[in-house]
Amino acid sequence: MFRLLEATGRPMTAIKVDGRTVQAEIGANLASVLLRAGFQPFRTTPVSGEPRMPYCMMGVCFECLATIDGITNCQTCLETVREGMVIERQLGASPIKPAGEGAP
Amino acid sequence: MNGGSVDLAVIGVGPAGMSAAITARKHGLSVAIFDEQNSPGGQIYRNITGLGSDRLASILGEDYLAGRPLADAFADSGAIYRAGTTVWRIGEGGVSWISAADSGETAALHVLVATGAMERPFPVKGWTLPGVMTAGAAQILLKTDQTVVDDAVFVGCGPLLYLLAYQYLQAGVRIRALIDTTDKSSHIAALPSLPAALLKPSYLRKGMKMLSAIRRSETPIHRGVTEVDFSGTDRLQAVRWRDRVGEHSIECDHAFVHHGVIPNVNVTMATRCTHRWDEAQTCWRPETDAFGRTSLDWLTVAGDGGGIGGAKSAALSGEIAALGIAYDLGRIDRSAFDRASGRLLSKRRRDLAVRPFLDRLYRPAPRFRAPVDDEVVVCRCEEVRREQLAKAVQEGCPGPNQLKSFTRAGMGPCQGRMCGHTVVETIAQLSGRSPQDVGYYRIRMPIKPVTVGEIAGLTASQGEPS
Repeated sequence: MFRLLEATGRPMTAIKVDGRTVQAEIGANLASVLLRAGFQPFRTTPVSGEPRMPYCMMGVCFECLATIDGITNCQTCLETVREGMVIERQLGASPIKPAGEGAP
Repeated sequence: MNGGSVDLAVIGVGPAGMSAAITARKHGLSVAIFDEQNSPGGQIYRNITGLGSDRLASILGEDYLAGRPLADAFADSGAIYRAGTTVWRIGEGGVSWISAADSGETAALHVLVATGAMERPFPVKGWTLPGVMTAGAAQILLKTDQTVVDDAVFVGCGPLLYLLAYQYLQAGVRIRALIDTTDKSSHIAALPSLPAALLKPSYLRKGMKMLSAIRRSETPIHRGVTEVDFSGTDRLQAVRWRDRVGEHSIECDHAFVHHGVIPNVNVTMATRCTHRWDEAQTCWRPETDAFGRTSLDWLTVAGDGGGIGGAKSAALSGEIAALGIAYDLGRIDRSAFDRASGRLLSKRRRDLAVRPFLDRLYRPAPRFRAPVDDEVVVCRCEEVRREQLAKAVQEGCPGPNQLKSFTRAGMGPCQGRMCGHTVVETIAQLSGRSPQDVGYYRIRMPIKPVTVGEIAGLTASQGEPS
């Protein structure tokens, strides 16, 4: 399990991760927070449902995708923790939503 | 236009981008610079302005901390810096971009691409399993949030893999094993490049220091490794490898893989500037002159995105490229240009002296670049296996672009970034052609996925008074 080398002393906030409340450092890299919170897998693939986790951590591989505040396919490795963030796991291909129900 | 108008738009705030912005500003150019990350530094100096821990600073070491004065000078340069911003279109006349808060277009007389390097794909069985990530990814976790994991197995070869192991040891993080894939024949093949490398001995000294610290530690090291794969059902459970004695395996939850870095060519490829296959570094690179000028007169490339040279050379390339642009735009005269650039070019030549030696020594064996096992996933996004690729080639598929129609390889969200080099080398190997002859994916805008809504948002904000 991923862990912090030492306490950072940064201000914390509560974020929702797949329905669970997780304490996270404001401004921390989101993928890093999710790894430490044991969010596994990050998603399953649209093609075969294989589980996937972050691979490159620099915006290249698109393995760390998640739904953030209702917006699908966000690269969590390029996001930082904000207060009140809601993260949901993407399982398989995302459904096509009727007009008005999609991402804002 | 809501993104304004500048002399120079720079993509990427790593060593090359920062140096270029500083130099361009010094010569009076207006500069806008864009980067996906929220703070400057690129991957090599990631989080350099936000470190906040002396212990972490000492673990990451002086080569990392060399990014601090550069980031400070960049902050004082007067360049317009758009952090957390993705450029999705680049062309003659400027760039289009989006961020969480805003989107727009910035007009520019000239564009400099400094998008750096990415890690070479590691296409072996099981490399898509949760628990397998690149050594670079693990190092980014360390730099950004002091996030580490105990008992990982390190697999591959190359300076970054050993540097991360060294940093983990300094931090007191346990390493399960180092499985070294350095090709045995490479030691001899690299020898002719050693005298040149000795002209800049500091790199070799640092390398020896890291390697001997790893050897002195308790870390089990396995050398002469010719095959590797990862196994597990829903997550990584074991690394298996083969050497001349036979097969071995070790149970683990985490593995960090690394086979060197290659230019991140998606942005330059999308511009259609001329690229060529570099056989010494086994990768594509944009064709440039010494100043990073490409085949397009509005486009310059600096840093590892133009060929792998490392952080110091990247910073020098940024300065050199900015001088060339200032000269081409008529902002400095010939004598000032010659004076400043001559000194920088010879400095970069000295810094690059070690490169041919490293390139040869850590050149990944052919089977790690073009897999021979049919089960290996080549395109991670569309889950295209080597078997489908081989079948397509057998059916007459001539190259990477046709392969998209045959198999969907390269058509997922990463837009071919993760499979491009593997696809090219595998097709080349199967059809007995050179990678240059096989070519690369035709990369199109948007360079990164954007929603129609985001493009529509661009139109709306353009209509507003700025």
